[in-house]
Amino acid sequence: MSTITTEALSATTLLRFATAGSVDDGKSTLVGRLLHDSKSVLVDQLEAVERASASRGQEAPDLALLTDGLRAEREQGITIDVAYRYFATPRRRFILADTPGHVQYTRNMVTGASTAELTVVLVDARNGVVEQTRRHAAIAALLRVPHVVLAVNKMDLVGYEERVFAAIAEEFTAYATELGVPEVTAIPISALAGDNVVDASARMDWYGGPTVLEHLETVPVSHDLAHCHARLPVQYVIRPQTAELPDYRGYAGQIAAGTFRVGEEVTVLPSGRTSTIAGIDLLGEPVDVAWTTQSVTVLLADDVDVSRGDLIVPSKDAPATTQDVEATVCHVADQPLTVGHRVLLKHGTRTVKAIVKDIPSRLTLADLSLHPHPGTLAANDIGRVKIRTAEPLPADSYADSRRTGSFILIDPGDGTTLSAGMVGESFAAPEPVTDGDDDGWDF
Amino acid sequence: MTTVAKVTGGGEGTDSPYALSHLDALESEAVHIFREVAGEFENPVILFSGGKDSIVMLHLALKAFAPAAVPFSLLHVDTGHNFPEVLEYRDRVVAAHGLRLHVASVQEYIDRGVLRERPDGTRNPLQTLPLTEKIQSERFDAVFGGGRRDEEKARAKERVFSLRDEFSQWDPRRQRPELWNLYNGRHAPGEHVRVFPLSNWTELDVWQYIAREGIDLPEIYFAHEREVFSRSGMWLTAGEWGGPKDTEPVQTRLVRYRTVGDMSCTGAVDSDATTLEAVITEIAASRLTERGATRADDKLSEAAMEDRKREGYF
Repeated sequence: MSTITTEALSATTLLRFATAGSVDDGKSTLVGRLLHDSKSVLVDQLEAVERASASRGQEAPDLALLTDGLRAEREQGITIDVAYRYFATPRRRFILADTPGHVQYTRNMVTGASTAELTVVLVDARNGVVEQTRRHAAIAALLRVPHVVLAVNKMDLVGYEERVFAAIAEEFTAYATELGVPEVTAIPISALAGDNVVDASARMDWYGGPTVLEHLETVPVSHDLAHCHARLPVQYVIRPQTAELPDYRGYAGQIAAGTFRVGEEVTVLPSGRTSTIAGIDLLGEPVDVAWTTQSVTVLLADDVDVSRGDLIVPSKDAPATTQDVEATVCHVADQPLTVGHRVLLKHGTRTVKAIVKDIPSRLTLADLSLHPHPGTLAANDIGRVKIRTAEPLPADSYADSRRTGSFILIDPGDGTTLSAGMVGESFAAPEPVTDGDDDGWDF
Repeated sequence: MTTVAKVTGGGEGTDSPYALSHLDALESEAVHIFREVAGEFENPVILFSGGKDSIVMLHLALKAFAPAAVPFSLLHVDTGHNFPEVLEYRDRVVAAHGLRLHVASVQEYIDRGVLRERPDGTRNPLQTLPLTEKIQSERFDAVFGGGRRDEEKARAKERVFSLRDEFSQWDPRRQRPELWNLYNGRHAPGEHVRVFPLSNWTELDVWQYIAREGIDLPEIYFAHEREVFSRSGMWLTAGEWGGPKDTEPVQTRLVRYRTVGDMSCTGAVDSDATTLEAVITEIAASRLTERGATRADDKLSEAAMEDRKREGYF
């Protein structure tokens, strides 16, 4: 009980991360160990897992039951959906998106990775980099997850040998770098034995890097914002219209990227009208400067027409607006996406009518081969699309801004979320390989 | 006024001055969710029980729209077995902020013969019908709930925007994937969306935030002397709702509540924590989840919460 000190009560930063890997790679064991060794599994939860495991004749508690929340999942022994887990150390708070390894695999990993600042990719040291590993790397690259951890697991089964680890780390890092992953940290672990997960391993003294938890605790959670394009999607116009504040008009939103300062010249898109920031209200506190991902209310010096769906940007750094969006999408719905499909496109706080003009190619993640003109995208497919929107959109390239370069497509009929879209090129260095063979697609 | 030093870009173990604290990050996310709903829905309502999570929700909504008024009304599902301290708190808050309060009454449904008292006296499962019918009759299209994913494993699968059919039913297999912070609030007439702004908060976060913001709470969250009796391993408050039975001796103990619900199924914990600081220290050291420690209704079966959620419970 005394493991939690007063440090746990003070303010810390928050890291959102995702795990990728199949049950066979030891993902459940790794997640279970992170939760268990950081004292985040509470007694009644553990007792419930022990009861359920025993009633099924399992000798050891099955930690996967901690995250399998639905009756169907427990009955069928599968994970249907992304499960979110929460744990904390004295240094940081963590939100873990635990994505299943098989059912709706791509969709779930894309969902988990979309908000993650770090992805842990697990491989089995005996098997090395396999097709699924390449898919994991490709999704992390596609979603522009800033930090990737390669956890080479089951080192106990390869005699804790450095050369086994080094060869896998080298192969994976080369592949991920080629895809444009900015940072790979490779860590040799044994989730089962506990090597290098929370505590440093005594059996791999040749490894001088951090354990998984140490790395999670210290990886930077914000970027160099000075070089980001500042973007504020307007969510809501605050107008008290009271006797004390008859003329107050505040533009409320969460800063999607970069920083804003009082006195800055800004442009409102898509109208293109300009003004100056007269004040920034940070939830009740006036500030001179605010940055992503703060929720703020901005006051402008001039009485310009601003409403929900508009984007406030620095006048010197405004994105171009376009009605023709080229993007990579991951299709997440059971109903297919087809050429000619009329959809709604939600970008930031703006939802516009749109039509799918073309689907130039579909991507096979495992080898990055392109299948030209597939006509439709089915659930879990990733493909290039050309979309015409009814109104101009101030979209950034996803490579420049994950928040203002992303969008979702919605079915106007039943409201289904159809696809997750990323504006611009998919990878840093795409090597298009034309491959007419469709058989490699096995999700 | 905030001033910012030169950006160093982080580095080993040192977060850059632009990194938000975890409470600031969670607060900003919740405010973003409230504003999205205000921008996209016609008639949203906040479920307000007078419990700490709904109190934090209301506090966040007040901050999100200041200096204007909160553009939502409140809905209390009154089980008829409420703690008097909590009802008093509710009425005080409603008056202080000039809010509009709707009440869906379980007792009224029992009096009309529409609902029947359960043999165990627990009224939590009976809340679903009055809640659902109130949502329909008032045509609420977005209903904010204080549910958190860390509370319970069925809730861990819940979306921030959770679509419900005209019977308020939840179908976990037909949930919309949620990508980035792009929430999809589309719904057909008669359907509504349950919205959970505290999805990513833990119990400790809620308490730390209450302490940071100086939020006033009903007194029953702090240690006090109370006449209680033991049932199913929990300390229940003796009262007109039906407890105790003859075999259940009443004693006076120093207790506090970790959650606030119906008196018939919400248990108190032994505690001498009379201040927020003491409560936070106690929770940080606790080895039991708040529902495990204090909620009889969740112990009914492994899937108790999932079943109630499917039927339209919060």
